[in-house]
Amino acid sequence: MKTGSKLYMAFVFVLLYAPIAVLIFFSFNSSNSMAVFEGFSLKWYKELLHNDEAINALVNSLYLAVSSAIISTILGTLASIGIFSLRSRSLRKMVTNVTNIPMMNPDIVTGVSMMLLFALCGTVVAHGILGFWTLLIAHITFNLPYVILSVMPRLKQMDTHLPEAAMDLGCTPLQAFFKVELQEILPGVLSGLLMAFTLSLDDFVISYFCAGNSFQTLPIYIYSQTKRRVTPDMNALCAVIFVVILILLIVRNLMAGRQSGKSTRKARS
Amino acid sequence: MTGKKSLGQRLLAAPHIVWSVLFIIAPLAVVAFYAMTDSSFSFTGSNFSQIFSDGTSSVFALSLAFAFFSTVICLLIAYPLAYFISRCKPRNAGMLIMLFMLPMWMNFLLRTYALSFLLEDTGPLNKLLELIGLGRATLINTSGAVILGMVYNFLPYMLLPIYSVMSKIDRSLIEAAEDLGCNRTNIMFKVIMPLSIPGVVSGITMVFVPSVSTFYISQQLGPTDFVLIGDVIETYFKSSAASSYHVGSAISLVLMVLIFICMAVMNRFSDGDTGGALV
Amino acid sequence: MSNKLLELKNISVCFDGEAILKNINLYICNGEFVTLLGPSGCGKTTTLRIIAGFVNPDSGDVLFDGKRINDIPPYKREINTIFQKYALFPHLDVYENVAFGLRIKKLPESEIRATVSEMLSLVNLKGFGSRNVESLSGGQQQRVAIARALAVRPRVLLLDEPLGALDLKLRKDMQNELKGIQQRLGITFIYVTHDQEEALSMSDTVVVMDNGVIQQIGTPLDIYNEPKNAFVADFIGESNILDARMIEDYRCFFSGREFKCLDSGFSRNEPVDAVVRPEDVDVVPVGEGMLCGTVTSVTFKGVHFEIIVDIGNFKWMIQTTDFHEVGARIGLNIDPDAIHIMKKSEYSGRFGDYSTFSDEIEEMSINEEEN
Repeated sequence: MKTGSKLYMAFVFVLLYAPIAVLIFFSFNSSNSMAVFEGFSLKWYKELLHNDEAINALVNSLYLAVSSAIISTILGTLASIGIFSLRSRSLRKMVTNVTNIPMMNPDIVTGVSMMLLFALCGTVVAHGILGFWTLLIAHITFNLPYVILSVMPRLKQMDTHLPEAAMDLGCTPLQAFFKVELQEILPGVLSGLLMAFTLSLDDFVISYFCAGNSFQTLPIYIYSQTKRRVTPDMNALCAVIFVVILILLIVRNLMAGRQSGKSTRKARS
Repeated sequence: MTGKKSLGQRLLAAPHIVWSVLFIIAPLAVVAFYAMTDSSFSFTGSNFSQIFSDGTSSVFALSLAFAFFSTVICLLIAYPLAYFISRCKPRNAGMLIMLFMLPMWMNFLLRTYALSFLLEDTGPLNKLLELIGLGRATLINTSGAVILGMVYNFLPYMLLPIYSVMSKIDRSLIEAAEDLGCNRTNIMFKVIMPLSIPGVVSGITMVFVPSVSTFYISQQLGPTDFVLIGDVIETYFKSSAASSYHVGSAISLVLMVLIFICMAVMNRFSDGDTGGALV
Repeated sequence: MSNKLLELKNISVCFDGEAILKNINLYICNGEFVTLLGPSGCGKTTTLRIIAGFVNPDSGDVLFDGKRINDIPPYKREINTIFQKYALFPHLDVYENVAFGLRIKKLPESEIRATVSEMLSLVNLKGFGSRNVESLSGGQQQRVAIARALAVRPRVLLLDEPLGALDLKLRKDMQNELKGIQQRLGITFIYVTHDQEEALSMSDTVVVMDNGVIQQIGTPLDIYNEPKNAFVADFIGESNILDARMIEDYRCFFSGREFKCLDSGFSRNEPVDAVVRPEDVDVVPVGEGMLCGTVTSVTFKGVHFEIIVDIGNFKWMIQTTDFHEVGARIGLNIDPDAIHIMKKSEYSGRFGDYSTFSDEIEEMSINEEEN
C-alpha cells in the first residue's frame, strides 16, 4: 500500500515533469536539431538575450500585469467592503454572481465578448483602439473576481466589533478603516494582488482577442513563435521562466514557513 | 453600525458595479446582439441555423466528447493522487502539493509546446521507443495527443480542489467510522468519497470548461485540419469576412449556454456547494 | 462487581520523547461507570484512546475479557467512543448517522430500522431521523452521537469530555440522562472529564490522574474523604492542606497544637500532610476554640459564606452560615473525624494556603500548565 502510493505519485510526477525536463535539456543543445543532442552550449540563451522582440514582449507583459494588478486590487478591495456591507441578501448575491461571470465563463467567450465591445466602440469612435488600454480593461475585468474572492473571506472572519471599538476609542470612520479594518484584511488584499499579477502575466486567450498589433505580450509572442517553425531559443525561454517560477515559489514558501513558525512561537510564549 | 457609515461603505461598491455593467454585462449583450443580427445589423436567426447546417454542431459534439474524456481521465488520475497526498504528514503534503502544482504556474502555451516537442515524430520519446526496440510510433497529430494535452495541462486544476477538501476532512470523522466498524475500504467508500464530492465537482468544472473551449491544444497536437469548437470561434473572430463576427458570436453564445447547462447538472449532485475553489 | 472486563497493564506511552503515560495499571469491571479525572495534559484522553485502539502503547498490555487486544484494530473492538466534538458525519442525516455502524455490519434493513428507532427514542430524539445533523443544537448532536455509538451494542462506551461544549444547565441535564442510560443498559462507561463535580456525581469509580500517573482510584466518597496525597486533596473540592507531624497513632500536631484524629499506622513523629475541608471547621467564640485567628476576607456564596482566616500566617478557608466581619477574631474547632492525614508526596508544599487565593489566579495557573 505504502510503496504502491509512492510509485503512483512518482508516475504522475514523471508525467507532469517529463516534457518540461526534456525541453530544458534541449535548450542547452548546441545545434538547432530537435532530435539529436549534439553538445552543451549556452548559445540559445545568448540568442534570447539579443531577441529584442521577446524582451520587448516581456517588458510589455510586466507593465500590463503590474498596472492591472494594482488597479484591480484597489477596485476589488473597495468593492468587497461595499458588497459585504450591502444589506439586501439578494442584491449581494446578484453582484457577486455578475462579478464571477468572467471566472466561470470560458476564457474564449470572455475574450471575444470584450473584443466585440471594443470593435463596436471602434466603429463608433475611432478605428484601431485595440492595444494597451483595451488589454488593461480586459485584464482588470478578469482579475476582479479573484481579488474579491481573496478579500471577502478575510472580511467575513473579521470581528465586526473591531471598527466599532476603534471608533469608540476616538477614531473617525476613515481612521478606523485605515488603522484597523485594512490591517485585518491586508493578507487577503496582498494575496489578491499577487493572484491578479500572476493571472495577468499568464493570460493568453483573452489577451489574444483584445490586443491589437501595436502591443504584444509575452504569451502572445510565444503563441506567434510556437505556431511557426520553432527556434530553440523558445526552449531557453521556457527554461528561464521555469527557473524563475521555481525560485519565486520557494521564496514564497520559505516566507510562509517562517511566518507560521513565528506565529506558533508567539502563541507559545 | 450606524446607518450613515453603512451608506458610505455601500457606496464603495459603486465603481465596481459600474465596471461590471460596462465590461461584463455589456460585452455579453453585444455578443447576443451580434449573434442575432447579420452584417448589416438587421435581426436574423440565420447565424444559429448555420450551426446546424454547416457541420458546426458535430464540432460541438466532438468538443464535448473530448472534454468529457479528458475530464474523466483527470479525475481518475487526480483522485487517488489527492488521497495519497492528503494522508501524508502536513509538512510533506504541503511540499508535494507545491511540486504537483508547479507546472501550472508555467504558461499553458509553453506546457503544450513542451509536450508537442516531446511527442514529435523525431522527438525524444520516439528516440526512447526506438532505443528500447519498440520502434517509432505516431504520437503527435493524433486525437490521443489532444486528450493527453488536455489532461497534461489541466490535471493540477483537478488535483488542488480535491486535495483541499480531503485535507480538511476532520480526522475524528475517520476515527468515528473506524470505531463503528469500518475497515479501510469502508472508510474510503462511506466517508471519504461522499465528503470529497464538493472538491470533485469543482475540479470537474475547472477541467471541463477550459477543455471544451480550448483552441491552441488542438492546433498544436491534433491531426491536420482537426478542429474543436474553440478553433472554430477563433477562426471566425480572426477572419475579416463581414458576417464572421456574427456567426462567431452565435457559436460563442451556444457554447456558453451549453457549459452553463453542464454546470447546472453537475451542481445538482453536490447541493450547490463548491468546496475547494482554486484559491 | 468483581468480574474484570477491561484491564490495562503497565501501559506507557511517549509522544516525541515526552512521556505521556507512565506505567498505568487499571482494571474496569463489567457494568461499571468509571471516570478518568485530571487536569488537561494529565494523560486521561490518551488512556481512553488506547482503550479505543487509536493509540498503540509503547509498552504494556490491554486486556479485554482476559484476551490481549493490543493488535486488534478499533473497528474490530466491541468498544465505541463518543468523540469530544461528536464527529457526526455531515453528509448523512440523523437516521443514517445512527444506522452507520449497523450498515457496516450489513444487518437486514428491518433490524436496522428497529434499532435506530429504539436508539432515537432512548436519547429522546424521536422524529428527528430525517434532520440534517448540522442543523441540530449542541445537545441534540450529543444525543445523536450517543445513539450512534450505542446502536452497535458495544460492551464498553468511551466518552471523551462529552459535555464540554454544552452550557451549564444542559450539562446537568445530560449528566443525569447519561447516568440513566448507563444504568438502564447496564454497559460499562468510561468517562473522561476535568470537572470534579461531574466525576463525583456520576461515577461508581473515579480514577484521578496527573502527569501521566494514576494518583488515586476509589469511589467518589473515598476520593473526597480520604485523598491519598496533596494533589488529589486539592484537585477534588476545597481543602486546607497543613504541614503536620504524627506524634503517635490518633494524635497529630499542626498549627502549633496537638489534635486528636482517626488515623493510624504512621511512624512516631513522621512528617505528614493534614487535610481539613472548609465545611468541617466549626466557628466558635474566641475563648472556646482550639485555634484562634483573624478574618481577612468574606465572600457570600449563597448557601454559605466563604471566609479566609489567618492563623499564625497560614490562611484557612472556612465555610460558615454565619456572617463575620473582616478583622474580627474568631475561634475554630476541628473534630477528630474532620482531619485526614496523608503521607508526604511530591505534591507536598505545592498547594499552600489560601493567602493568594482568587479564582482568577487559579485559572491562570491552569492555563500555564496547558502550555
